[in-house]
Amino acid sequence: MSEIRPFLRLENLCKDYGQGMVLKGLNLDVEAGEFLTLLGPSGCGKTTTLRIIAGLETATEGRVYLEGADVTALPPEKRDLNTVFQSYALFPHMNVFQNIAYGLKIKKVQRAEIQQRVAEALKLVQLTGYEKRMPSQLSGGQRQRVAIARAVVLRPKVLLLDEPLGALDLKLRQQMQQELKKLQKQLGITFIYITHDQEEALNMSSRIVIMREGSVEQIGTPEEVYEHPETLFAAGFIGQSNLVHGTVVTAQENGEMTISAEGVTLPAFSEKHYRPGDRVVLCLRPQRVRYGSEPQHGLDLQGVILEKEYSGGMQHTHIQIGERLVIRVISQSSELDHYSIGDCVHVGWSIRHAPVVFDDPAGEAQ
Amino acid sequence: MDKKERLFFHTLRFPLYLWTIVFVFVALLYIIGLSFMGRAENIGVDGQFTLENYARLSEPKYFQVLFNSLKLAALTTLLCLVIGYPFGYLMARLKPGARTLVLMLLIVPFWTNSLIRLFGWRILLMGNGPVNTILKNMGIITKPLKLLNTEGAVFLGMVYALLPLMIMPTSTAVEKLDFSVVEAARDLGARPLKAFFTITVPLTLPGLMAGCVLVFVPSMGLFFLSDMLGGGKTMLAGNLIQSLINSRDLPMASALCALMLLVTALVLMLYRRVGGSAGQLSLF
Repeated sequence: MSEIRPFLRLENLCKDYGQGMVLKGLNLDVEAGEFLTLLGPSGCGKTTTLRIIAGLETATEGRVYLEGADVTALPPEKRDLNTVFQSYALFPHMNVFQNIAYGLKIKKVQRAEIQQRVAEALKLVQLTGYEKRMPSQLSGGQRQRVAIARAVVLRPKVLLLDEPLGALDLKLRQQMQQELKKLQKQLGITFIYITHDQEEALNMSSRIVIMREGSVEQIGTPEEVYEHPETLFAAGFIGQSNLVHGTVVTAQENGEMTISAEGVTLPAFSEKHYRPGDRVVLCLRPQRVRYGSEPQHGLDLQGVILEKEYSGGMQHTHIQIGERLVIRVISQSSELDHYSIGDCVHVGWSIRHAPVVFDDPAGEAQ
Repeated sequence: MDKKERLFFHTLRFPLYLWTIVFVFVALLYIIGLSFMGRAENIGVDGQFTLENYARLSEPKYFQVLFNSLKLAALTTLLCLVIGYPFGYLMARLKPGARTLVLMLLIVPFWTNSLIRLFGWRILLMGNGPVNTILKNMGIITKPLKLLNTEGAVFLGMVYALLPLMIMPTSTAVEKLDFSVVEAARDLGARPLKAFFTITVPLTLPGLMAGCVLVFVPSMGLFFLSDMLGGGKTMLAGNLIQSLINSRDLPMASALCALMLLVTALVLMLYRRVGGSAGQLSLF
């Protein structure tokens, strides 16, 4: 192992349930105190990864290290980490107090200390006074909080959260997102969080791991994965994009290039070096595209407005460039109200904010 | 539901009502009535009200039989629990295909007449039967063991006959258990056995209790089992009632019946008291 060992390391994890590989050699280093989100479509192996970290599942191959120690073979009860289950998994025959005290009782903590720590945990999740309630008497959000309190009361080194907000309605979900984020800062515990909701991942995480078919597609801060997707899959999964498929025509040493797509030649920029003839995709965020009567961002492109549609304070516009290329633009509605369908406009974007990735027919499936 | 509809459904159920009234309520009232009368020639009772039959229940010869019956029923229930719960648990954890197979293997013997199955046991346990022969050939014994016509054989037969009644409800209860709560217990630091006793057992307790009731209640009445495997030497409440009827002491037999009825009622009341539901007692 290296000198600076990562807090939690997953090394070449493989899992085979007998019907094909669910995990295909997953490698991941987690730092202490970070809010790491595993993001991916269902079936990408994120829950399996979490269960292997928790010890609830045995990896077919690979190792798990916690603070440098190999914990691969340890049963779940011997690992210093706790899980908030997707279904909450509260003990239905115990009240809120007994649920939260369960782990402390097993660790043979003194009764007075149990009382105190359960009270603290309940305060943390704002459920003081609910000690005597049974899980069946709680709402979804309250059960969620009890599940969190039950896990954090043991002061684990890592808290594993398996889509904990999946069953809640939108408003409660957004509120809980903020609370979880606050809680993580307050406790300073490492959170490993699973979701298939990219917005949730962008809102909460300090780092996002985009997973695809059992391996890591890209790791980065929310800004990195949003602004600089490295693959077509990552670009399609995070945020909305106009994905313009084309072929590299020219490529210079400094990263500037031109792409031919749908009969139009577009300027582009990439730090990765492409060669003429490469099949690529230009990812244009609809919010990043501007149009007006003057050339935009120094680009010499013109188009015709095909459609305009007002939605939630924003103006969604479809603009056709050349014969076949149609891109979607989202802008503040007030600025560009005076244009109407059929108008000819200048279109442009900052080429440094429009990443180019290799085309990948399988990467766009979702 | 309007009046007409209700009438329609009551009409449909009428045969059921009639059956229950004649063959359950009237029959039970008849027995309880007999138990309060004296013994007589001809029709068997004299029609005079008396509590003497109940007073005689405390006589040693009756008390001993009742005590033996209850003891055997309790032991049977206990052994069925010890074997049946793990069996039901493991059965519930099988893959669906394998579970169906095990369930079939469990049920199929029940389609054979129980007397025929008991004859099978008689042959197995005979002095020169397979069990003794095998033991002798292996050199473990020199003289055949007396297996048949013992209390042990009756006990064995009871457990054999009633075990499925424990396995079914416990297995159903385990099947319904959401195993993520067991995982949660492990995750919170509980070792497998600790998680089993603090989470799995309490959450499958209704099935467990239903199994105990289903085994305990009939195990007090399987008199033919004692006849066939115990050689009639092991006197159980069922055998006693049968022999009293044979000797035409109907009032005394009725008093014993009433007592057994009371015990059963008490067991069921206890079951309801600790939270058991009637639905759990239905097997399929």
